[in-house]
Amino acid sequence: MIDITLGHYLFLAAIIFTIGIVGIFLNRKNVIVLLMSIELILISVNINLVAFSVYLQDIVGQVFTMFVLTVAAGEAAIGLAILVSFFRNKGSIHVEDINTLKG
Amino acid sequence: MLAHALVFYFFAFVTITSSLMVISSKNTVHAVFFLILDFVSISCLFIMMGAEYLGMLTLIVYVGAVAVLFLFVVMMLNVNFKNVRAGFLSYVPFGALIGLVILTEIGMMIGTWKYKDVFIKTSEIKINTNVSNTEAIGNVLYTDFLHYFQISGLILLVAMIGAILLTFRQKENLKRQDITKQVSRERNESVSLEEVNSFKGVKLND
Repeated sequence: MIDITLGHYLFLAAIIFTIGIVGIFLNRKNVIVLLMSIELILISVNINLVAFSVYLQDIVGQVFTMFVLTVAAGEAAIGLAILVSFFRNKGSIHVEDINTLKG
Repeated sequence: MLAHALVFYFFAFVTITSSLMVISSKNTVHAVFFLILDFVSISCLFIMMGAEYLGMLTLIVYVGAVAVLFLFVVMMLNVNFKNVRAGFLSYVPFGALIGLVILTEIGMMIGTWKYKDVFIKTSEIKINTNVSNTEAIGNVLYTDFLHYFQISGLILLVAMIGAILLTFRQKENLKRQDITKQVSRERNESVSLEEVNSFKGVKLND
């Protein structure tokens, strides 16, 4: 309990990852919160990478976290741009209304 | 050691509580603020682990860019958030079940996994403890990972172009400068020489 080891950080990342997944299931009507849940999942992966990088004394994990950060920023920008143009066309952000591509 | 553990548990508690509030708060603006709190406490955890540069980068990128972007979009879209919450509770049992299964699986994996001494390493760059964390990352980022670094820059460029293209709206009834039309104008289209008879005037076809 007193010694903070790698396992503590891994458990914390697992809990945040699970909260992100549950957030995707819970917020079926609000795409903005859905995107925020995806950000939570990405940052839990970042915690894992940094924890292993420090545990193994290997800098590559931290460099890779930077690339995950880049992709997360791009993903948020594109996702919100899609959301804005979707809201202009439909006037809502419900996930149920995003069904015009189902063929 | 005790102080370290206490600080870790504090930040872990703040992180988990704020992420729970992100997915369950009624007001989306509050959800964004809890997301900011989440990112701040996670960057504090990064600094605790000894990755100072990534802690600062998380603050800059997530709080400074991503969360502000979310805040702008939430405030820009005029959404009735009361209707958005309808049917929220009906998804709770299924979501909780899935979350419990995933948490149990990951927990079993972490709990039973013995930290192996022999990792199969594809590449290994040991952290140089003589220099600061920022310098250690900079030493490998611009040498060993140069191509990855440039590709991530390209990803950001593509994301930027895509975001502009998706939200760009061409307004009608707006006079714009058309350079091709401007420079391809001929003399006989715009200037004409007319013979004017006296007392008759001239009729211009405009």
